[in-house]
Amino acid sequence: MKEQFENEMKLEFKSKSSNEAFARITVAAFASQLDPTIEELADIKTAVSEAVTNCIIHGYENTTGIVKITGKLQGNKIILEISDNGKGIENVEVAKEPLYTTKPNLERSGMGFTIMESFMDKVDVESIVDIGTKVTMEKSIKSNNVSLENKSEELSI
Amino acid sequence: MESKFFDEDKLLVLKIVDEVDEYTAQKIRREADYEIKRYMPRKVVFDFDSVTFMDSAGIGLVLGRYKFVNILGGKLEVANLTQSVKRIFEMSGLLRLIPISNAI
Repeated sequence: MKEQFENEMKLEFKSKSSNEAFARITVAAFASQLDPTIEELADIKTAVSEAVTNCIIHGYENTTGIVKITGKLQGNKIILEISDNGKGIENVEVAKEPLYTTKPNLERSGMGFTIMESFMDKVDVESIVDIGTKVTMEKSIKSNNVSLENKSEELSI
Repeated sequence: MESKFFDEDKLLVLKIVDEVDEYTAQKIRREADYEIKRYMPRKVVFDFDSVTFMDSAGIGLVLGRYKFVNILGGKLEVANLTQSVKRIFEMSGLLRLIPISNAI
C-alpha cells in the first residue's frame, strides 16, 4: 500500500541557475507549514540550493534539462526528492567527500553534499550514469505546532 | 554589489547586497574582479552585512578572489559575517585561511 502523506507537492523547472532562488523559496514556503524556526528554514533553503546546483552544473552540465522536486510532509518531518535526468555520478561515495569537485575551474568548492548532510537529518543519493541522480533529504522540525498546542493546553490548566 | 575605495589605505570594500548562489556568484565575481583590477588595492574586504542567504557558491567566490588578490600582492579579508554565512565558511575551513576583518 502506498504511504499516505499529510501534504505533497511537485515542482519542475528548466535547469537554469537563475531558477535556484525560485526553487529554494518555493520549498521554504511549502516547509513553512511545519512552523520551522528561521534557522531551520535557512538550513532547508541551503540544502535545496546545493542539490539544485548539482543538477544544473553537474547533472546537465549547463545543457537544458528538467529539474524535479517533490516535497512531502509527514508529522513534523519534511521529505524532499531532488532529481535530474543528467549524466549521473560514477562514484557517489567519492562525490560526497568534502572538498571533492570535478569542476575546480568553475570555482566549485566541493562542499555541496557536506552542507546537505550537516543541514538535513538524512541525505540519500542514488545515481546511475547517463540516467540521472536523485537526492532524498529529510529534516524533522523540532519547533512544530504540536508542541505549541501542548504548551497552550498546559497554560489553560 | 557596492564598492568603495579608500585611497589613503588602498582599501577596497566590496559589499555584497544579493543572496549568494551559483547564479548571483557569477555576476559578483565579474564585478569584484573588475574593481580589483581597477584599483589594485592593498587590501580587499568582502562585507557580508546584507547577505541574507549564501550557499557553497560563496566559498568558491571568496576563495577565488583570495587567490586573485594574492597574486596581485594584496590581502583579502571578510567582514560582518551573519551566523549562517559564518557556518558555511567554517565548514569549509575557509576562516583558517582568510581573516575576519576589523577594518570596517
